[in-house]
Order: sequence, then structure tokens, then C-alpha cells
Amino acid sequence: MASQTVTKHRQIGLTDEQVLEMYTIMLKARRYDERALLIQRSGKTAFHISGIGQETAQVAAAFALQKQHDYFCPYYRDYGVVLSAGMTLHELMLLSFVKAEDVNAGRQMPAHFSHRKHHIVTGSSPVSTQVLHAVGIALSAVMDQEDRVAFTSFGEGSSNQGDVHEAFNFAGVFKLPVIFMCENNQYAISIPAHRQVAGRVVDRAAGYGFPGVRVDGNDPLEVYQAVKEARERAVRGAGPTLIEAMLYRISPHSTADDDMIYRTKEEVEYHKEQDGIQKFRAYLLECGVLDEELDRSVNEEVMRELNEATKYADKAPYPSPEDALKHVYAEDGGGI
Amino acid sequence: MSMLKTGVAYKMAIMTYLEAIRSAMSEEMERDENVFVLGEDVGKGGVMNATKGMRDRFGERRVLDTPLAESAIVGVAIGAAMVGKKPIAEIQFADFIFPAANQIISEAAKIRYRSNNDWQCPIVIRAPYGATGGGGLYHSQCPEAVFFGTPGLKIVAPSSAYDAKGLLKAALRDGDPVLFFEHKKCYLYVSDEVPDEDYTVPIGKAAVKREGDDITVISYGMTVHHVLKAAEEVQKEGISAHVLDLRTLQPLDVPAILEAAAKTGKVMIVHEDNKTGGVGAEVAAIISEHKLYELDVPIMRLCAPDVPAVGMAPTLEKFYLPNADKVRDAMRLLAEM
Repeated sequence: MASQTVTKHRQIGLTDEQVLEMYTIMLKARRYDERALLIQRSGKTAFHISGIGQETAQVAAAFALQKQHDYFCPYYRDYGVVLSAGMTLHELMLLSFVKAEDVNAGRQMPAHFSHRKHHIVTGSSPVSTQVLHAVGIALSAVMDQEDRVAFTSFGEGSSNQGDVHEAFNFAGVFKLPVIFMCENNQYAISIPAHRQVAGRVVDRAAGYGFPGVRVDGNDPLEVYQAVKEARERAVRGAGPTLIEAMLYRISPHSTADDDMIYRTKEEVEYHKEQDGIQKFRAYLLECGVLDEELDRSVNEEVMRELNEATKYADKAPYPSPEDALKHVYAEDGGGI
Repeated sequence: MSMLKTGVAYKMAIMTYLEAIRSAMSEEMERDENVFVLGEDVGKGGVMNATKGMRDRFGERRVLDTPLAESAIVGVAIGAAMVGKKPIAEIQFADFIFPAANQIISEAAKIRYRSNNDWQCPIVIRAPYGATGGGGLYHSQCPEAVFFGTPGLKIVAPSSAYDAKGLLKAALRDGDPVLFFEHKKCYLYVSDEVPDEDYTVPIGKAAVKREGDDITVISYGMTVHHVLKAAEEVQKEGISAHVLDLRTLQPLDVPAILEAAAKTGKVMIVHEDNKTGGVGAEVAAIISEHKLYELDVPIMRLCAPDVPAVGMAPTLEKFYLPNADKVRDAMRLLAEM
């Protein structure tokens, strides 16, 4: 293998430690996702929505940003984003089990992320509302002359929402430091991308006067580089960037969906073979950052953490019923 | 507007409702650098002149002209508020607030609750509402009932310059999203004394505008003025009206409503919004729940009819809107029951 290939991550500014950490977080996201599905199927939790097939792009994007400095406005499949931004499997499991200790204290569905300490902005179910919030956060950074950016992600189905277009235009007019990432996973529940999106999502950026970049979402180094460049553009005042990461949603839309009604097993199997995590693993083995033994211990450590998180969250208490009445308004009226 | 500042008293100024709103924004922007206003045409002063002169004073970043997109105005304000700003999002006409309804109801109202108090969303949304004459269906609406009953939101609707300034300042110092409905007819029609010094009017407190013994009239916004005018007229006929201005629609001042209702046992609710599902329906329900046996007669409501909105022709508009004559006639009816 040519040395140019095997050191690609170093060429784009990633250390061996960082790519190993990226790989570890991708595994955490994948294993969490598989576990959360099993738990739901066993009847212990009500719902799971999967990000399988999208972890490489998610983790890579988040690694190109600054933790606890930049802001993250993720969407509901972004386990890789929030784990990279600082959330733990422990916290994600509490969210799945909707227990009192969960960051949302059991109020929200699983995958509705929030963590102010880690600059993960609270999200909701109506899609794309977070895209405008990212623009507002970016506006605030400009007003305060801070060198931070806002990152937001959404699916290709959600890219049709008016809020996305209003956000693109607003950010384009004021050249705001925001990074829009469309995780194009080919399906909006049952509707394939060609029936969902006229033209290409990435081309929409041109209509708003800023660059759009299409990347292979299964190639974390390509995604990392695109987001890193977008961040550099943003902080130097050159404005927003739209990144369209091409992916495939391996799982059904959610645990309430039967995807065999609208796609074939063969199609899904084909895309499983394109798995970005496996490709990244092969790359890390190839360039010597990873060997079989280290891979085994990384996997064991992820499983240990996941098992502990699952056990803990399962046993943790639910919120008290009357907690339903708390935090409608600030207790002290705000008093800013 | 300064020419309207006649009769300046010691530490008090007579000010229009519109001037009061502008001075509240300006003073809060002086006081707190995180306060800024954004909306369509706000730089030139806004189509209502509410922000007139403010861009010269505070710069175009803090008096920010936005693209014509209401969901963006509110959604961007929400994002900024979540990281420490205090945005005042101006909706040009309340009739155009609906594209932002998802951001207001699904986002702003629920951010504190859904994050278990981790995030907050202290935005103020100013929405000029109500009919001024010749506004037709889409420059006259009273959309407060659409948002009323959305926990997490606070909704205010002042009727005087004093309350407009004090409530807007309170809204800007509040930790939660506040919908500030300012009645367009009040802008220049209403002037009253406003203190020179800093003050706030607490959100959630109604005000007794007139003491009376025979009938109780509960209202808010522009119709408060019709009610007060009608109360003067019926006083000459020996009918003494007790008038309560709600000032805040959410949360309603339940103790003040119950006290006012119990005082006379004859209650009428007046608002410009149409009757069905209006704020008056909730006020009537609250009184019925708690004070039914202290009522002498059924609760009466005088509201706009249940048609989609105000018609453009003067005849249609006059028919639609409550006015002092209609209130007076209803007051007589209530007193005689």
C-alpha cells in the first residue's frame, strides 16, 4: 500500500489518536443502536429510531468541529454526532429508557437529544425546526464576534421543509457561520429520494449564494475534510456551506416501520456491504493505527460500557408522576 | 412623536402607546446589550413606526432587517435566545404570524419543558393586531386565541401606554417566551401618563380600571377603551360598572377575575376576537367553575361574530367590531337582567 494512501488522515490534520477515537465512537453508536432495537423488541422501551449506516458521516462531521465551543443542532438519527460532542452511552441509554436521570428527565422520545453543557441544542419531532435555530446561534456568534460556528443536520426529506429554505436564505444574506449537513440516507420513511427531492439537495446551495459540497458519507475522511473546510470558511466570515453526505439508511425508519413494504432485502443487503465503519476499520488496519488485538479490546470496552449503561438505565427509576408539572416556566420568572 | 408629548408633568410624560413601546425597547437595549430587535423593515422604523430612529441609535446589527420570512424571524430569534441573546422578533402584522406558528408552539413554548430546564428560550414576539379601519381580512386579525392555551408561552395584550411600556420591559426581563400583542388602534389613539423612571408591570396581573357595583365587565386591548367609554355613559343612567383589564392573557389573573366577578354577580366579557374559542370562553369557564353560585345572571359575552375575519367595506367592518355603543347596549341589558 502506498504511503500516500495510508496516511491520508494525517494529511488532512487528524492524528492517529483522533482516528482511533472516531472509530471507537462509530462503534459505540452502532452497538448502542443495535442494543436499543433489541430492548425495544423485548418490550422494555416504547420506541427506537436508528442511525445505522450514518455513523461514519456523523462522527466525522463532529470531529471537524470544536467540542463545547461550536454548537450542535442535530436531528434524531445523530447518535454519532452527540456521542462525539460529549454525550455518553450511559446518557443515551437513560434517554432510551426515559428515566428520571435522563437529560430530558423522561419527557422526550428517545433520540430527541439535548445537552447544554456540550452545546447540543434541544430538539423536537417536527423536522427541520433546528435548522433555523442553528442560524440564530450563528447570528449570535457574529454579534458577539466569537469564532464559533453552528452545525446542523437533517435528512433529505426534511430538506423540503420551508424552515430549511428560510434558513439557507437568512444565513446566505448575512454570511453567517453555519454548516448545514444533509444526511441523504435515500429514504424519507417510505419515499425514496428520487420521489422526495427534485434535483439534488447539494445544488440548492447555489440558489442561496453559497457553496454546496456532495461527499461520500461512508468515507469519514472525506466528510471530515469537507466539514473542516466549511468551518474555516465560516469563521473567516465567508458564510455558510451545505454539505450533502450520501448515505443509506440500513434500518427501517423506526421500530414502527416495516421497510419490506417499500424496498427489497437485496437492496438493503447490498448497502450493508458498503458499511462505512467496516471500510474505516480496514483503513485503520491498513495504516497500522489498529491491529486485531487493539480492535478486540476497543470492541470489548465498548460492549462493557454499553452493558453497564443498559443495566443501569433499566434499573433506574422513572420520573415521579408529579414531575410532569415542573419547568413549564422558570421558577423565579427568569429574572434576566 | 415628540410633538405628542404635551403636558409634561413632574417625572411623568404623556406618551402614546406606540411611543411607550418604542421607549421600552430603547431603554432595554441601553440597559442590556443582549437585547436586539429583528423583523421586516424594522431598520426604517417598521411599517408601524415602532422602531423609528432606533437603527440610528443602536446600529443595523441590533435593529436587524430580516428577509421576508416569519418562521425564520422567530426561529432565528429562538436560536439566538438559547445562547444568551434577548431578541425582540417583530411580526409585521399579527395576521402574518402563522408561518411562525410551528416555531412558536412546537419550539419556543416547549424548550424549557422538554429539556427539563436545561435550555430556555427568552424571546419576545411583538405582534401588532386588531382592526384599525380599512385593514380587511389580513391586516386586522386578533390571533391570540390560536396561541392561548399553549403552556410555556406567556401572552400579554396591554390597553394603555403605561402598561405597554411596563409589560414590554417585564417581557424582556422574563426567562420565557412572551407573545406581545399590541393593538394597532391603540398606537396613536391611546395616550396616557408614563413615568420617566424605570418600571415594569408584572406579567400575570390584571388591573381594575374602574370601580363599580352593578355589573362587571372584563376585557383587554382596544375594547377596554370602548368599555370605559360605555361605562361613563351608563353611569348617567345609574348603572355602576366595574371594569377589569386582563392585561395578561396567559397566565390569566384568576384571583382578580374571580374577585371582579363576585363583586357584582353580573359579568360581561368583551373582546375584539371572535366569540367561539376566544379568551372570553376560558374566562367564563373559570368564573363558572369557582363562582357559579355568586352569579345573579348568566355570563354574557360581547365579541366579534364567528366569521373568518373583518370585512374591508366600512359597513362590514362596523358590523364586525365591538364599539362603545354596542357595549353600552349590552351593559344596559345585563344591568336589567
